[in-house]
Amino acid sequence: MDGLDKPTQRNPTALEASPANPPAIRVEQLCRHYRMGETLIRAVDGVTLTVGAGEFVALLGSSGSGKSSVLNLIAGLDRPTSGNVIVQHRNLAELSREDLARYRLHTVGMVFQSFNLIASMTLAENVELPMRFAEVDRGKRDGLVGEALARVGLQARMNHRPSELSGGEQQRAALARALINRPQLLLADEPTGNLDSRTGTEIMNIVREFNQQLAMTVVMVTHERALAERFAQRLIFLADGKLVGDESNSVATASNAMDQAGRNRESR
Amino acid sequence: MKLTDLTELAVRNLRESLLRNSLTTIGISVGVASLVAMLSLGIGLQQLASRRLMKSGLFDTVVVTSRRDLRNFNREQERSGPAPGESRILDEPTRAEIEHLPNVLEAYPDIRFITELRYDDKPHLTTVAALPASAQSTDAFEGIQGRFFSSETAPEAILQKTFAEELLGKSPKPGLDETNVAELAAPLLGKELIMRYAQREKQSTPVKPSSDNGANSDNEALAGAAYSVISREQKLTIVGVADLDPESMRGPTRGRVFLPLKLAETLHVMQPTDLREISRAASDQPVYSSVSVRVKNPGQVQKVEDAIKKMGFNTFSILDASRSIQQFFKVLDVFLGIFGSLALAVAFIGIVNTLVMAILERRREIGIMKAIGASDGDVRKLFFAEAGAMGILGGIVGVALGWAIGQVINLGTNVYLKQQSFPPEHFWAVPWWLVLFAILFSFLVSLAAGLYPAGRAARLDPVQALRYE
Repeated sequence: MDGLDKPTQRNPTALEASPANPPAIRVEQLCRHYRMGETLIRAVDGVTLTVGAGEFVALLGSSGSGKSSVLNLIAGLDRPTSGNVIVQHRNLAELSREDLARYRLHTVGMVFQSFNLIASMTLAENVELPMRFAEVDRGKRDGLVGEALARVGLQARMNHRPSELSGGEQQRAALARALINRPQLLLADEPTGNLDSRTGTEIMNIVREFNQQLAMTVVMVTHERALAERFAQRLIFLADGKLVGDESNSVATASNAMDQAGRNRESR
Repeated sequence: MKLTDLTELAVRNLRESLLRNSLTTIGISVGVASLVAMLSLGIGLQQLASRRLMKSGLFDTVVVTSRRDLRNFNREQERSGPAPGESRILDEPTRAEIEHLPNVLEAYPDIRFITELRYDDKPHLTTVAALPASAQSTDAFEGIQGRFFSSETAPEAILQKTFAEELLGKSPKPGLDETNVAELAAPLLGKELIMRYAQREKQSTPVKPSSDNGANSDNEALAGAAYSVISREQKLTIVGVADLDPESMRGPTRGRVFLPLKLAETLHVMQPTDLREISRAASDQPVYSSVSVRVKNPGQVQKVEDAIKKMGFNTFSILDASRSIQQFFKVLDVFLGIFGSLALAVAFIGIVNTLVMAILERRREIGIMKAIGASDGDVRKLFFAEAGAMGILGGIVGVALGWAIGQVINLGTNVYLKQQSFPPEHFWAVPWWLVLFAILFSFLVSLAAGLYPAGRAARLDPVQALRYE
């Protein structure tokens, strides 16, 4: 197995990461409707978009725009009312519950606004948990947990419980957990929503690192446009469950490209 | 998820709400304890009863009589098969043949007669019975004062306690039997008893029949058969006094004075059959009125009985009585089991409640686990493991508790029995299979209790669960 910091081979450089690249995620005519009493709520209403492999995409919109619903559908946590979500040639709409769980386990890493660490477990145990579900060898786990926590700078706190940590530290632990099974997608739902701006930036730097060094495709839901413009290569706007804008973000692309070029030189 | 991870997570989850889970586990323990207590009481009583009955020699004994004996036990049997006059005679070769049947331990003639015994120059009329050596191991002679016969031919006698009282000129007390056998035995042991009896003796010269009775040649040979009846005396040493209740005397112990079997056989005491089978009685081959057959175990009594019936004899055993007793205990066990299970049913609801509460409490946690890749199966298995762990733990504690309850009750009852001057009894049995069964049952009941909560937890929608605070 590759080390965590080595980019995987199928990953193009960040510079080439654009909708033209081999798509990591293809969303086609996606609808998610809820019935609430008599009224039908169209949380997602006919969204079509493609995310290239290695792209860093931000989903923007006001609350109730359907951005979290789209993320949940891509994450395989929810099923569409109609339409398709195709990730790695598999249509999530057609997968069984069992296959969806396997998809979430191996293909997707998720972080949330409220961190969602299990309060009764230490950081190490939280990070280890996905490996238990993936039936990773016991002997290998400690090393991988240590490696993941070191990557987010938390190896010294691995035996602490989440309640003993600051919000930023908790989100870093959640990022370590999200990457432990080496997924290709990182889905982040308002990852900085509960953090002050300085800590938020720290977290976003780690997310960008995952995107560039580990070649993870990142889809981040946020309502902070400034944050999205600073880190994401592409901004997608949603309103009332519909896609209302899709623009590439040259600022982030340029800064990412510079980072990437620098790293490529180093590796040669 | 691997079993080790599953167990680890289950145990850690159980530890998280220690108080609630402990209370639930105690609930299971109490249920298992009551089940174990009830069942071990049933099993213990059954073992006690069958131990008693086996020792009494009743359930492994078949009494064989000839069809020629018209005073039969079972009229039904008499009507089928050959007519009494044509059926076989119960004599020594037949006895030997019966003894060689499979599953038969021994077959011995029942020798019993009423005769006069003199003690201290006073005559006493009573029933004398012969005992085989094997009678020593039955509980009939458990409270014997003195000893059993020194050999099968020794001129020795054992007295039944009421006869001992009679010899000493004591009148038996009415009501509760509180006779002190040791007191009775002390002046009698080693003393001499003279038995007067009628001996049957073969006559060397047969009486010639009159020639005009027109009998065929076969009958002719028998017609002149004759034997003499001679009055004899036999000195007997009293070696024991048995604490036998005259009301409950059955089988070989029906008598008030007992002689060793081999000695009784050599005495050739006149038997009621000697009149009927006069031609045989005149020979050296005695005819028995009945033969007692001891079978290896009560389970084979029916087979042995059938084999003897096929030989053309009537048989009697109290197997039917034992069957209904066994049936009674089966029913008792079921009832006790049902009562014991009631407590477990309450525990069952306790487990369901605890786990449903745990789902509500851990809703978000389940959502997180699903979001990071736990399958429905993983979540279901985790809840099952928690229920199963509580079940096994509760089962082990419950068995120990049930065993302890049993010991306490056994002890208490024996203290009471001792006060009432009864011998202590062990009527509480926890066989190893009951231990395993109770733990397994507790485990299965707990898994069943986990069925609904686990299913509910597994079906939880992760998006809903994550929204839950």
